[in-house]
Amino acid sequence: MHPDYEMVIGLEIHAQVNSKTKLFSGSSTTFGAEPNTQANIIDLAMPGVLPVLNTEAVDAGIKLGFALKARVNRKSVFSRKNYFYPDLPKGYQITQFELPIVEHGTLTIDFEDGSTKDIGITRMHLEEDAGKSVHDFGDENHSHVDLNRAGTPLMEIVSEPDLRTSEEAGIYVRKMRAILRFLDICDGNMDEGSMRCDVNVSVRKKGVTELGTRCEIKNVNSIRSVVKSIDYEASRQIDVIESGGEIAQQTRLWDEAKGTTRAMRSKEDAHDYRYFSDPDILPLCLTEERIEKIKQAMPELPDEMKARFITEYELTNYDASVLTLSRASASYYERTIEAEEGKKHDPKLCANWVTGELFGALNKMGKDITQSPVSPENLGELVGLIQDKTISGKIAKQVFEEMLETGGAPKKIVEEKGLVQITDVSALDGIVKDIIANNAETVEQYKSGNQRVMGFFVGQVMKQTQGKANPGIVNDLLRQNLQ
Amino acid sequence: MELYELGLKEAADQIKAGKITSVELTKSYLDRIASRNEEMKAYITVCADKALEMAAESDKRVKNGNPRLIEGVPVAIKDLFCTKGVQTTAGSHMLEGFVPPYESTVTENLWNAGAVMLGKTNMDEFAMGSSNETSYFGDVKNPWDKTRTPGGSSGGSATAVADYLCAAATGSDTGGSIRQPAAFTGLVGIKPTYGRCSRFGMVAFASSLDQAGPMARSVEDAALMLRCMAGYDEKDSTSADRPLNDYDEHLAELDVKSLKIGLPEEYFIEGLDPVIKAEIDKALENFKQGGAEIKTVSLPHTKYAVPAYYIIAPAEAASNLSRYDGMRYGLRVEGSNLNDTYCKTRSAGFGEEVKRRIMVGNYTLSSGYYDAYYTKAQKVRALIAEDFNKVFEEVDVIITPTTPTVAFELGGKITDPIAMYLNDVFTTPASLAGLPGISVPVGTVKDGESELPVGMQILAKPFALQTAMQVAYAHEQMTDFKMRSAE
Repeated sequence: MHPDYEMVIGLEIHAQVNSKTKLFSGSSTTFGAEPNTQANIIDLAMPGVLPVLNTEAVDAGIKLGFALKARVNRKSVFSRKNYFYPDLPKGYQITQFELPIVEHGTLTIDFEDGSTKDIGITRMHLEEDAGKSVHDFGDENHSHVDLNRAGTPLMEIVSEPDLRTSEEAGIYVRKMRAILRFLDICDGNMDEGSMRCDVNVSVRKKGVTELGTRCEIKNVNSIRSVVKSIDYEASRQIDVIESGGEIAQQTRLWDEAKGTTRAMRSKEDAHDYRYFSDPDILPLCLTEERIEKIKQAMPELPDEMKARFITEYELTNYDASVLTLSRASASYYERTIEAEEGKKHDPKLCANWVTGELFGALNKMGKDITQSPVSPENLGELVGLIQDKTISGKIAKQVFEEMLETGGAPKKIVEEKGLVQITDVSALDGIVKDIIANNAETVEQYKSGNQRVMGFFVGQVMKQTQGKANPGIVNDLLRQNLQ
Repeated sequence: MELYELGLKEAADQIKAGKITSVELTKSYLDRIASRNEEMKAYITVCADKALEMAAESDKRVKNGNPRLIEGVPVAIKDLFCTKGVQTTAGSHMLEGFVPPYESTVTENLWNAGAVMLGKTNMDEFAMGSSNETSYFGDVKNPWDKTRTPGGSSGGSATAVADYLCAAATGSDTGGSIRQPAAFTGLVGIKPTYGRCSRFGMVAFASSLDQAGPMARSVEDAALMLRCMAGYDEKDSTSADRPLNDYDEHLAELDVKSLKIGLPEEYFIEGLDPVIKAEIDKALENFKQGGAEIKTVSLPHTKYAVPAYYIIAPAEAASNLSRYDGMRYGLRVEGSNLNDTYCKTRSAGFGEEVKRRIMVGNYTLSSGYYDAYYTKAQKVRALIAEDFNKVFEEVDVIITPTTPTVAFELGGKITDPIAMYLNDVFTTPASLAGLPGISVPVGTVKDGESELPVGMQILAKPFALQTAMQVAYAHEQMTDFKMRSAE
């Protein structure tokens, strides 16, 4: 990134409502069914059929509105966006244009150093998805259309151009996904297309206040590609400007394989969608009663949970935000604390083990927390063993490796492998004395002031005890015997 | 008297009483259709086998003692209503051969009331027209004078009823498509309040205006037919969830002495044929004699109704007709690429009037023109509705002529769209306001060699159709109009 420039980024996220049925018809939304088996007469736009709004999708929209601290409009309107394409059976998409269900919200993103930033949410509206056109069917002259997806409910969430780096954009998407999943209104699976992203990028010289000309990047299907495509596009734009050119307002396509964006259509080619309010659907008017009912039933959200973790468990800002990125990891964490009856495990120590060893291991295995081979009860038990000094932290890592492989319980592993920490002072004292007797030269070095050889003695004790000696007792004994 | 001359109510009563069978009655209609439809072109599709099957089923029900409201009475269905397993064309080449795998709610309701389907009636293409001449399936003839139009777009239904080719028929009214053909053929035609009949399965023309309704040879028959068609439907979000009236059972309950009738001055204007005005005056005189109060009222935005209508309806139509793209059903004319296929299919599938309205609609919805046309038309629409609201504070019903002229010659206006559109001048305001309206025959006038019926329009407040029907019924008791007998 050129040091004189900054990026200005806005995101449009399309999140599929995890409703069983479509936005305006009763057909199923299950992913991966045989082509065209989940399209009924309404999805096929047969003559005379009419849309009926799915209330579950509306409720999802209201929930998201609250989660984004936004205004939930008591009246919103569905409009028709008119264009011809074979995967759009009606010849128009039903979407919300002038009056969306949600406006003026905020999403707070968390950085590693514990700081946060508020990103404005311009609007969120409900709309139906199009079908899928398949062009690579081995037949050059024909394309195929699968209408299973046609009519699937989507929430389009549009951010203000408040993001300044690709990293911020990545954090934003991750946080939005966390909120959608906490609300249980979207599964957030980007690889199945149930969450998709369009990225608007422009660049400007630092200190300049007006916005540069932006390009919209489509087909960005993972958080990694969000970051990569922004970095590529920003440097492309800077190169154009630096070589004296001008940015043309364009829609560009992200090429995942090549790691580049390429022009798809220019502003001049933009359709005139001839929007008008859909006369088949009455304006959506929400009663206070319905809104209040949803408000009362709102679950604890990432930001609230994060705040609670900070006060209740005295976690750092960042640890709390990492743990609350999914309901699964948050609940995993809380279960490690409460893993053993009548015993509360040290919350900080638990946090360290979950965000450190466990997340690291899962990441290496390419698994998520719900697929963890180590149960929260077992991890909690392990923390308990460290806490009551049954084993040392070092042994604990060894036990943890074993747990990852076998899924076994730590107490059992410690017992079977005889890993219980040696805290018997008289036993350790004999070992210490032997070592001092056998290393006269090093003892001399210590006595002449070289404190660093202490490590050597500790190491020798650990070697003889297979690491099971209590390090505190060993240290004390060494000091006593070396004087 | 031939069986086909029976009205809906009479026929239902006789079938229920075991005096005639549904099969006899159905055969009587099928025979008449067989001898006359080629000339009259009222039906696009006649489903004789299906009709006889349904009739036999009805006779069984009567025998078993569980007949329904209009058990066994044969009716005709405008070809705009999707009928499962029976070709539904909307009068268009685009849908020639299209057989829906589903049933419209209105027809479903009729079958559930015991009606027998004779066939699907001719209509202006996608209900766009006022003379039935935009149909792909030929011009329908007016039984009063076969050189004239029965009106449109429900012209096939009008002729089917007026020429005794069915007991009653369904129509649809977007800007006058039930009322105008009813007036041209001497029938009672009802456009209910918007939302009263479900639009599910009715091929869409202009969604915010389309409303199904009945056409029959008497007020009672029309009321009974509507009772069998209407009702809330969860498949149509714009249908009204309000209790239904058993309209036909309360027709005589009107106290004419306490009736207040409004005559909007904007409707009795230049361009209105004086012979039509004379016939309306005769009807009004009867009400006056009966003690009704008649007062002149003003609906000042009336003159903007036709222009507003011809912006709103085509805009919605342009979007509604986008689905006819040759991809999933209906006509497909293969082109060299996707756009070419779209162009060839739609050029071949749609007729001139439909194309004209698609172009007008897309134009007025375009960015840069939207506010000047579409937004303004919507504002006019609100003003027109407001005009009516005000007047209905003072009167119970509004009475106007249904049309400015009697039935005109086939070929007379088809080359002049503006002249054709102006024929809707008295019917479009109520459509824009969503009001219920009825056209009832008031008399006949001589035009050249022909004796032609004149229609009077009775408008009421939203969901006050009952009142309009009672007024229509009271009029029917007083008028000297006689329906022409079967040829």
